[in-house]
Formats: sequence, C-alpha cells, structure tokens
Amino acid sequence: MKPTDIKNPEYFHKVVDCQYACPSHTPVPQYIRLIAAERYSEAYMVNWESNVFPGVLGRTCDRPCEPACRRGRVEEKPVAICRLKRVAADNKDEVKQYMPAGPFAPNGKKIALIGGGPASLTVARDLSPLGYEIHLFDEHKKGGGMMRSQIPSFRLPEEVLDEEVGYILDMGVHTHFNKYVSSLKEIIEDGYNAIFVGTGAPRGRDLASLPGRQEGKSNIHIGIEWLASVAFEHIHKIGKKVIVLGGGNTAMDCCRTARRMGGEEVKVIVRSPFTEMKASPWEIEDAIHEDIPILENHVPKEFVIENGKLKGMLFDKVHAVYDEDGKRSLVPTAEPPVFVEADDVLVAIGQENSFPWIERDLGLEFDKWNMPVVDKTTHQSTVSHIFFGGDAAFGPKNIITSVAQGHAAAVSIDLFCSGEDVHVRPSPVTNLVSQKMGIHEWSYDNYISNDFRFVVPQADKSITLKNLKKEVELGFDVESAFKEAQRCLNCDVQTVFDFKRCIECDACMDICPTSCITFTTNGDESDLRTRLKAPSNNINQDLYVSEALPTTRVMVKDEDMCLHCGLCAERCPTAAWDMQKFSYITSKPGYSWQAV
Amino acid sequence: MTYLRPTFKHPDLPKNSLGYTFKDYEGGLSTLCAGCGHDSISAAIVEACFRQNIAPHKVAKLSGIGCSSKTPTYFLGNSHGFNSVHGRMPSVATGASLVNQDLMYFGVSGDGDSASIGMGQFVHAVRRNINMVYIVMNNGCYGLTKGQDSATADVGSKSKAGSVNIFQPIDFAGLALELGAGFVAQSFSGDKTQLIPLIEAAMNYKGFAFINVISPCVTFNNNVGSTKAYDYVRQHIDATGTIDFVPTHNEIVADYKEGTQTNIKMHDGSYLQFNKLDTDWNPLERDSSFAALQKARNSQEILTGLIYFEQNPTDLNTMLNTTNEKPLHQFSANELSPGSAKLAEVNDDFR
Ligand SMILES: Cc1cc2nc3c(=O)[nH]c(=O)nc-3n(C[C@H](O)[C@H](O)[C@H](O)COP(=O)(O)OP(=O)(O)OC[C@H]3O[C@@H](n4cnc5c(N)ncnc54)[C@H](O)[C@@H]3O)c2cc1C
Ligand SMILES: Cc1ncc(C[n+]2csc(CCOP(=O)(O)OP(=O)(O)O)c2C)c(N)n1
Ligand code: SF4
Ligand code: SF4
Ligand code: SF4
Ligand SMILES: [Mg+2]
Repeated sequence: MKPTDIKNPEYFHKVVDCQYACPSHTPVPQYIRLIAAERYSEAYMVNWESNVFPGVLGRTCDRPCEPACRRGRVEEKPVAICRLKRVAADNKDEVKQYMPAGPFAPNGKKIALIGGGPASLTVARDLSPLGYEIHLFDEHKKGGGMMRSQIPSFRLPEEVLDEEVGYILDMGVHTHFNKYVSSLKEIIEDGYNAIFVGTGAPRGRDLASLPGRQEGKSNIHIGIEWLASVAFEHIHKIGKKVIVLGGGNTAMDCCRTARRMGGEEVKVIVRSPFTEMKASPWEIEDAIHEDIPILENHVPKEFVIENGKLKGMLFDKVHAVYDEDGKRSLVPTAEPPVFVEADDVLVAIGQENSFPWIERDLGLEFDKWNMPVVDKTTHQSTVSHIFFGGDAAFGPKNIITSVAQGHAAAVSIDLFCSGEDVHVRPSPVTNLVSQKMGIHEWSYDNYISNDFRFVVPQADKSITLKNLKKEVELGFDVESAFKEAQRCLNCDVQTVFDFKRCIECDACMDICPTSCITFTTNGDESDLRTRLKAPSNNINQDLYVSEALPTTRVMVKDEDMCLHCGLCAERCPTAAWDMQKFSYITSKPGYSWQAV
Repeated sequence: MTYLRPTFKHPDLPKNSLGYTFKDYEGGLSTLCAGCGHDSISAAIVEACFRQNIAPHKVAKLSGIGCSSKTPTYFLGNSHGFNSVHGRMPSVATGASLVNQDLMYFGVSGDGDSASIGMGQFVHAVRRNINMVYIVMNNGCYGLTKGQDSATADVGSKSKAGSVNIFQPIDFAGLALELGAGFVAQSFSGDKTQLIPLIEAAMNYKGFAFINVISPCVTFNNNVGSTKAYDYVRQHIDATGTIDFVPTHNEIVADYKEGTQTNIKMHDGSYLQFNKLDTDWNPLERDSSFAALQKARNSQEILTGLIYFEQNPTDLNTMLNTTNEKPLHQFSANELSPGSAKLAEVNDDFR
C-alpha cells in the first residue's frame, strides 16, 4: 500500500467514528471531555455551532453516531453520546453571551425561508450574523416545525424547544407565523435574493381503500395530523381501546401519547416481524415499558363498523419468508383473520412529501416521484436562487439531517448571493495538535474506563402516564454523566506516526492492548489485512501505513480497535508515535465560530 | 504515565488448542524503559507459549537480578516463578528440574547475571545439561545499575559516557558449545520472525537449550559506537536463515531444493525446518558450528539462528537415571515425614 496521507483531513476525520457518522459532524469527543471537566457551557457551544439544537437533540436525536461509536466494537454498548449532550444543555450557564449578537450590519440581501422547522432555522442562524434580512414563513403559531408539532412534550419539553428556537429568532429574523404559503410564485415575485424551501414532509399516509375507512372516519386518524392536534391542544382525549398501525417512530409517539390521553388498552400492530420494526430500539423499549403490546405479522384487512360506529379491525396473519437475496415477502398463514377491538385507530404508516403550493410552471423541475430536482451537495433546485433542505429536499429523515442540510444550503445561498460558484465548497477548518504534557503525560485522560453504559433514569410511569407534559427521562445526574463521559475513547486524539524516528524496537506493537500495530513487509491492502497481528476483517476501517522503514518493513496500524490509550506513544523510546488532537469543523457560510 | 494496561483486547483474537489467546500468556505492565529490547523478548516468549499450546500452570519462570531478570513479571502472569539472587538462577533451576520434571523451565538471565556474578553457576548448568530453556537477554551492560560495561561488551565498544571497552568479551554461544550444550542459538530482540520459532524449538528440546539474544539497552547502550545498539546490530547481523517450527501433527511437505533446507526431527516427532543460507556450515556438527562462530567473530558479524543442534539429546535426569522420579509435590505428608521410627532407622545407618 502507499503510505497513508495524513495531511488529507478526511483520513483522521474518518477515525473519529461518531463525528464522522453525525450528519453535521459534531465534534463529539471534544464536548464529552468538556462535560467530564464540568465545562458545560463550552460543551453546549461546541454542540450549538455544529447542530444548533443541543437541548432538543440531546433528547430526541436519532443518534447515527451511537451505532458508529468505537466503544460498541471493543465492548458491548456505545457511549451514551446523545444523552450526554443533554447534560451539557441541562447544566450550562448563560450561553447567549457566546453567540453572535445583533443587530448585524445589513448586507442588503433578502432571503425567504418557507417552513419553520430545523432546516430553515439552521439557515436562519447561519446567515443572520452575516447581515442577511431573513423572512421566515410557517403555517403554525410558533417556530420549530415538526419538533413542535410532532415530537410529544413528554419527550421534548416545550421550554427547551422555545429556548433554542428563540436563540435564532432573536438574531433579528422576521417571522411570519400563522402564514401558510399557498403560492411560491408570489414569494418569487416579492424579489428575494434567494428562497429556501424547508417545508418538510407534511402528509401522512392513509389506508384509504381499506373497507370501512370512510364509515369509520370519525374514529380513524392520520398519526401525524393527530399528534399535531394534540400538540396544539385541539384534541384532549381518545377512546379507551386504541389501535396504532405502523412500526416506526411516529407509531411509538402515537401509542405513548394515546396512553396519556385516556387510552387504557393501546396496541401497536405491525405487518412485519417485530425484529424488523423501523422504530429506534429505545423508542420501542419505552413503549413496551408503558404497557403497550406490539402485535407482529398482522396485515390490516378491514375496519369493522357496527351501526355506523368503529368497533375494531380485522387482520390477516402472515409470516416472513426470505428469498436468496434476503428479500422479504409476507406470506399469509392459514389462520382465520384476527379481530382486535378498538374505539379509535391511529394510522402511522409513513409520511410523504407534497407540494400543492408550488406552481409547476415556474421552471422548477419535479422528478417522476413528484419530488423537486435538487442537487445533493449544493441543495440548489433547477431555479438558481431557490434551494431546498430538510425533509422537503429528499424525503423524511430526522432533525440532525435537516440541520446538516440547512448548513449546506446556507453555504450555497451565501456563495450564490456573493456571485460565487456554489459548487466550489469551502474546506473544513482542521487542526492537529500534540497532547504531550510531559514524558508520559497527556492533556487528555487516557485512562480507559471499564464501566458499562449507564442507564438514564426515568420518572415513574404512575406520574408520567397521567401528565402529557411530564418529561419521562430525567437525564443523567452529573456524577453518572462524568462516569459515562469517561467511557469515551477520545477517538479524536489521533495516533500520529513519524517513520523517520522509528528504530523498530517493536515496543508499540508489543504494548498495544488491542493489537492494532504490526511491522511487516508491505503488500496490497487485502494481502496486508491477512498478515496483521490481529484479524483485520472490518474493511470499513482504514489501515494506516507508513513509509518504508530501515529494515524495508512498514508500520501498519489497523484503526478498527484502537483505544486511543496512548500506550504506543508512551512506550516509544523515540517519540515516533505522538498523540495529537484532531479537530474538524465543517465550514459555515462566511465564518466559523470556533466555540471556545 | 499509565500504570494500568486497558483490559480490552481485540475481540477476534485467534485461540490456541487450549482455548487461550496470546493475551492469556501476558504478564504485568512492564516497568522497563520504553523501547528496551527485553520487552520484545518477553513478547516473543508470550507468542511462542501461545503457539505451543502450553498450559500456563505447566511453566516455571526462573531468574536472577537485572532488568532482564525482572521480565518474568511481564510475561506468563499465570505461571510459576522464582526470582532468585543475582547470578543464582541456575542453582534454583537445577533443584527445580530434579524435584519436578513435569514443569517446563524458562531461565531468564542477563549478561551481567550470567557472565559476571553468575558465571560459575552458568557453566555448571550447561555441563550438567539441565532440561530447560535458558535465555540470556544480552545488552552488553548492567542495565539495572546504570549501564556499566558487562563481560559481553566487545573490545572497542563505546559506552554512552564515551569510554571504550578494552577487555575481551565472553562469547556465550562459544562457551555453551564448548561445555556441551545440545541446543545453541543466537538471535536479536528486533527480529521476532526468527526469535519466536527458536524459542518454540527450544521449548521442545529435551535438554539444555540455550538462546543468547542480543537485546539493546535503549537507555545506556544504544549510542553510536556501541556494538549492542539497534543500528549496529542490524548492520552486522548475519542470519543463518529462517527457521520454522513444525509441530508433530503437521506433515512436512518435502518441497525444497536439496541442500538448501534441512528438516531436523525433534524427539517428540516435531520438526525444525531450517533454511540454510550458508552451505558450508552444518549446525548438526559441533566443529562446523565452532568454525562458523569464529569466522563471524573475525569478520565482526553477529551470527544468528540455530548455531548447533545435537540430535540425540540428554539431560540431567537421564544422566542420573532419575527420570522416573515422581515430583516432590506429589508425595503425601506421610511419605515426606515417615515418622520417628524411620528417622531412627536412617540415623542407625550412619552409626
Ligand atoms: C411523530 C414524529 C416524531 C419524530 N420524532 C423525531 C425524533 O425524535 N428525532 C428526530 O430527529 N426526528 C424526529 N422526527 C422527524 C423530524 O421531526 C423531521 O425530520 C424534521 O423536523 C424535519 O425538519 P424540516 O426542517 O425539514 O421540516 P419540518 O420540521 O417538517 O418543518 C416544516 C414546517 O413547515 C411548515 N410548512 C409546510 N408547508 C408550508 C407552507 N406551504 N407554508 C408555511 N409553512 C409550511 C410545516 O407546518 C412545518 O412546521 C419525527 C417525525 C415525526 C412525524
Ligand atoms: C549480589 C549482588 N551484587 C550486585 C548487585 C547489583 N546489580 C544489580 S543488577 C546488576 C547487573 C545486571 O546486569 P544484567 O544481568 O546484564 O542485567 P540487565 O539489567 O543489563 O538486563 C548488578 C551488578 C546485586 N543486585 N546483587
Ligand atoms: S493508542 Fe496506541 S496502544 Fe492504544 S490502542 Fe491505539 S494503537 Fe494501541
Ligand atoms: S515504539 Fe517507537 S521506535 Fe519502537 S517500533 Fe514503535 S514507533 Fe518504532
Ligand atoms: S536500563 Fe536498559 S536494560 Fe534496563 S530497562 Fe532500561 S533499556 Fe532496558
Ligand atoms: Mg545486561
């Protein structure tokens, strides 16, 4: 293999598994260390710069970082990255003082943001300090989008959302709430320099053709519409027996909300096997904990109506069969249809985009799925000054993805408004700094904790089920937060090798607790992977290969299992290894706040 | 400084026939200087024991005093051990091998421990042919006492302080050959590919198996002008070729060019596959080995590999006709203390 080019920031970026997996590349280990040091405000700001909603995300994020976490490879469970973020938000002091504060000198450019969800709010935050005049439109009475209308307050208290939406709106954003934009043409005609569409994926799928759907309609609700009505307090109760159809996170929010609205026998019923449910494991766990049974392999057959009133539903039982390619089909069993009684049914079987308010004669192209044609990197549509981001751009995902897309779109909008090429993307801001403090002393805590993942305590369900607004999770207290933070392996503290110093004494190879380092003759990657000190089967993790050493061998380090413990560097007599902290911050438009 | 080694290990480490990974043969975290050759030798012993599927409780580590003699703390943490006084490891080994022939004995010593204060002990261990692996971690100095020249320092070798050694070095391999050792090898701590199979072969040798390992002292004897420094050794090393240890159950594939490879059969049926580079020297003949050592010495080269191999080994217990003795620890209390009547009987014999 060729020597690894560690000057390319993408190499070390990939080693920081969590940060790499985070759509907006939050510097996770950095904020976890700050939490361990009880520097909560700084930890909050590190988050805020990258993901804009630390308090919200510390409770609700889909956490793509956690399955990626290295700790999950060397031990059983990843670090509780998400819930540590909440610790920063819960324990911070006044943070507004660290944020850009208006009024900002106007730059004469006017931007419209349609939709007030996380994507639009991110664009607003990134562009306001540059002097853009931002106009944000949303049909609801407050900002936040689905974070407000969909995520129940027992998972995300309103104050937390208000605070973080407030930080952005207070930067001088012109809000137009309770305003549904019914014509893009009108907005275009208002002469904005750029328009950002962040209207989400607002339409819930229905089972329109299922027998009984029409007759039972007063007791059959579309999940996301029902959740919004609950959130905006248009609805206050539901029947005692409730069926929730669907196995995703929306279904989990529906069933748990129903339990708090008077539902006593709430059942989740899914078509697929339980193990294939789309909802996050922790959401399923929470639903089960609230005494909600989940019936698998039940395909809806009809709504049963008696005397014009919904009585329940019939389901066909199926089982999953997989072909050679692993493709699943649900095959009916011979059993008779199953009847499940219900006063109300919540249909939570997916969400769709819909753009009834966009005229189709504006030059804005739509594809065959009726989705706008949008560039994946620049977020530009086929009309040069109109950009899309969040769920509106590429279908429903989650908050953190919307934030990441908001950042990317903001970069494009700024480039576009400055007359520059939106395809020339600014590079990330990176740095690599030695952590050496003394002969065997590092400025990070290189001790490897053996603790297993700590569990976030919850309020008792005798309380939470009675109060829709009572937050279920209590959050880590600072002591468990410290211990959980110590489980982090500091993957951003990189092992940096200087081949010119190495005397090939093997000390690093011998000491490495997880057998990452091998000195051997060079070869191509697949060959090298068979000759390393420990099996090297995870090809998603890179091999770090040095230039040829005096004996003609090379140093090969498999990044897969490295604990970043620094023992290699401590054992090296010539400091050929050094532990260096790598920081990587994706560029924001025009500037970057290097959070403390 | 990290005094605790993380307990995590690579989850997919291979296991040997006893179900152990090499980690199970490790010991405590070394307190030797970073980069010390001795640590590499410890790692080679760990790997050899892992490959040989030896049960840790079937091994005893014996040593004297010195950085080298400290290493048994850093490998085979689940084995027996005896850290004796300076230069006295051979006596302990002699006693141990007489009273318990079931254990595998690793004697670990230094050039100071074996060629200065323990020289008298060392030579007798060789001539008595104790069934053990005797490893000298040879750094040409007394590392533990701050790097004074040892008796294996070469004439002209310069110390870190700049003084030049004027005395003739003791050549361990030559001495061991002279005194009748059946297995004599030399190696370098920085060449595990060679060292590990040599240790494996030594472990399987019934009789005195001696390995002199050049092992740089990074702190006191790794300077320019020292003949035991990493750079010097790498430049002057003359490997006799690769050696592979082939366990009993593995068939030898006779696919080699005549004269370039010798398969040496061990007493237990395993083989040493020995690739000779130097065709005019035969490790199965003592004279030839002597000549090779002498030649290397004249040309200031360090001959490494298996120097000499006696195909019909013997050992102390065989020579004393005590091979059937049961280990002392298997005697019952009554056998060990047969009572006053027996004592009186014994005493009567001497009257
Ligand atoms: C029940 C449920 C639970 C969820 N839970 C989580 C979770 O726990 N974690 C997570 O990360 N994600 C979750 N999500 C997904 C997440 O809420 C969305 O992916 C995210 O909010 C999308 O952000 P956005 O900025 O693209 O748009 P949205 O948040 O969808 O915001 C768009 C806003 O635009 C408004 N709007 C639409 N059209 C117009 C118009 N023409 N004029 C004016 N206003 C308009 C909408 O009413 C809405 O307020 C959940 C989704 C649902 C449905
Ligand atoms: C009886 C006695 N004499 C002297 C010493 C001091 N002493 C300790 S280690 C040592 C030399 C060790 O040299 P070597 O065996 O080469 O070990 P190294 O440290 O070089 O590995 C000496 C002289 C001692 N411990 N005991
Ligand atoms: S930091 Fe060094 S010693 Fe520690 S696990 Fe990584 S490579 Fe091994
Ligand atoms: S410890 Fe340092 S000098 Fe020794 S092999 Fe490793 S990198 Fe090279
Ligand atoms: S003094 Fe020399 S022999 Fe002793 S531990 Fe240090 S490097 Fe090794
Ligand atoms: Mg010595």
